Amino acid sequence: MTTRSLQGTSPKTTRPGKSSSKTQEGSPATGQQLGAVSDRLSENGNGNGSLTQEEQLAYGLGWFGIGLGLTELMMPRRLAHATGLPIRHRGLIRIMGLREIASGLGIITQRRPAGAVWSRVAGDVIDLACLGVAFTSAGADRKKLAAAVTAVAGATALDLLCAQQLTRDVVTRNGTIAVTVSLIIDRSPGDLYSYWHDFTNFPSFMKHVISVQVTGERRSHWVVTGPAGSTVEWDAEVTEDSADTLIAWRTLEGSDVDHRGQVRFEPAPGKRGTLVTVDLQYRPPAGTLGSAIATWFGQNPEHSMKMDLRRFKQVMETGEVITTEGQPAGRQGSTSWKYDRAVRGSGTPRTRGRT
Amino acid sequence: MKANCWYGKRHVQVVDVPDPIILNQRDAIVKITSTAICGSDLHLYNGFVPTMEQGDIMGHEFMGEVVEVGREVKKLRVGDRVVVAFPISCGNCFFCKGEMYSLCENSNPNAWMAEQFFGHSPAGIFGYSHLTGGFAGGQAEYVRVPFADVGTVKIENGLSDEQVLFLSDIFPTGYMAAENCNISPGDTVAIWGCGPVGQFAIRSALMLGAERVVAIDRVPERLKMARDGGAHTIDYEETDVYDMLMQFTGGRGPDSCIDAVGLEAHAPTPLYYYDRLKQAMMLESDRPIALREAIMACRNGGTVSIPGVYGGLIDKMPMGAVMNKALTLKTGQTHTQRYLKPLLKRIKDGDIDPSFVVTHRLKLADAPQGFATFNDKQDGCIKIVMTP
Repeated sequence: MTTRSLQGTSPKTTRPGKSSSKTQEGSPATGQQLGAVSDRLSENGNGNGSLTQEEQLAYGLGWFGIGLGLTELMMPRRLAHATGLPIRHRGLIRIMGLREIASGLGIITQRRPAGAVWSRVAGDVIDLACLGVAFTSAGADRKKLAAAVTAVAGATALDLLCAQQLTRDVVTRNGTIAVTVSLIIDRSPGDLYSYWHDFTNFPSFMKHVISVQVTGERRSHWVVTGPAGSTVEWDAEVTEDSADTLIAWRTLEGSDVDHRGQVRFEPAPGKRGTLVTVDLQYRPPAGTLGSAIATWFGQNPEHSMKMDLRRFKQVMETGEVITTEGQPAGRQGSTSWKYDRAVRGSGTPRTRGRT
Repeated sequence: MKANCWYGKRHVQVVDVPDPIILNQRDAIVKITSTAICGSDLHLYNGFVPTMEQGDIMGHEFMGEVVEVGREVKKLRVGDRVVVAFPISCGNCFFCKGEMYSLCENSNPNAWMAEQFFGHSPAGIFGYSHLTGGFAGGQAEYVRVPFADVGTVKIENGLSDEQVLFLSDIFPTGYMAAENCNISPGDTVAIWGCGPVGQFAIRSALMLGAERVVAIDRVPERLKMARDGGAHTIDYEETDVYDMLMQFTGGRGPDSCIDAVGLEAHAPTPLYYYDRLKQAMMLESDRPIALREAIMACRNGGTVSIPGVYGGLIDKMPMGAVMNKALTLKTGQTHTQRYLKPLLKRIKDGDIDPSFVVTHRLKLADAPQGFATFNDKQDGCIKIVMTP
């Protein structure tokens, strides 16, 4: 195997300082830094280590929180006047300010700020509760209070959205979500390439794909389940096709979901099958907000892709997709809503003959 | 059909459920003739294993007759009498090909969840929480067996159910625990826990050439069964285990130590209450009391073999002892399929009759009573076998 850069597009996979400089006989002369940000697919990508949209939003919220917190701490009287709170509560306002500053500092000092953003969500809830109580208190300006509640509720929504996306490890750059997943499958690159290349096989392992119709030499039409029982459709075109090695595709103009991706098949070291790597980049319809809504009830895209790739492995190695859906249980429903999402309600045939 | 289902902590119930059907073409349906309650089922019973759901059918030690096979089942026929291995293994992946069946990469549909707990997922297991796949278990009248060609061994007539049933789990589990000790002639092996797995570990260690086996427990009938199997015994409530073992081995310590206790260990010391407290406060999930003792007692350069079940995190692990004494730790869910045929041969050859361990015979309908009796170690209970 020749050396190549071992890259992921997700900074989540970054492990610092793991490059090897040892030279061994029969092995590549140089090692690679694993997990460097890929420029393989990113025509619109930016450089290494740049902030994702989710992180940008988090830092924005962090600095906003520090600003607001300082105001609450230094000028509680003026703030009370502006929000309609009784002035006698300025001690409480100062405490709220300290809380804002603590959350804000947490966000801007941490490499993975999800926890700190969740602390903002918790703080928002406390703020809302305090404002609610203030309505009943003497000396409150209810009109101003209502405006303050609206503002805090808006901030809460934004905090919640940001925290959720960070927790799900959704990575959006320039409106594009990138996902890289790989798995070793104990079949030859040729076998895997052939099965993948017949796109009509996709419903056998891709949970959300309902059907794929080949519409031309390089073109196909896809129908996929969307949120809340809807279906999403697109036309795709193969942009690169290298026998037993690589297939790349992209959606055509007018698709519901704009995306492109590639799958690579490389012999795994030690003749242990094939390393299959899928790179996917898609542009959710309405940017960060759209992707947040799309994943609100679902999985993070990397997780979904990983489960699909695992099912591909099951089909290729065992000839079937392992399932428990339809087995007996001492309750309504054969599987668990909480835990068995990998096998539930795929709506696709579960059993495939050996290929 | 009737099935014994889990409904909560110390709450199992035999209820009517639909019969299993073939879901994949490598499945078989087995009509159960004998099924057992495993010590590890008690961890589910006591609520120590996460991701159990109300209505889950329990049981991973069972055998019976094949009544239906999928199109892709090649070796089994309707009417075959089989024992089923407790891990579900595809037989095709890297691990199955290497005979590490309990690490099968393809049999756990909920692998994503196990990866969050453990980093990687083990194989699917019958009736053992959704973390290992949420598969319906075999404390029932029928069971669906995925990858049936890989997970079963055919039994000819002439051997009783009770002689072969324990090939499904506890006999291979005790055997693998002893095998993991790399026993050399002259070795002394110490075994914590004289439950069913401990009993099979005692006999397996002697079969594999150990010169002396020391078994540790506190339940009189279990210690007696251990002595009947050829072990010396220590009652840990009466004597200090470490001191006893050092006297017995001239201060060197046992060559290998087996922890056949796992996460619900007991001890007559304040340390026990410390671990109980930490468990109650969710600061640790498992009580590694036997494991700590095994590590401390094991001779320098020896092996600590752990068939006992652990589920999560432990506290005060004597890692310094492991490192400075150059110990080897060997563990894992049993690669049961690897042992089915060799151990069946041992039974046929008369090297061992596994039915010695059975103390209670019940009807499936009495499973809840069986769980309570076994859990509380009442009535001299060591192993319960149930028939439909």
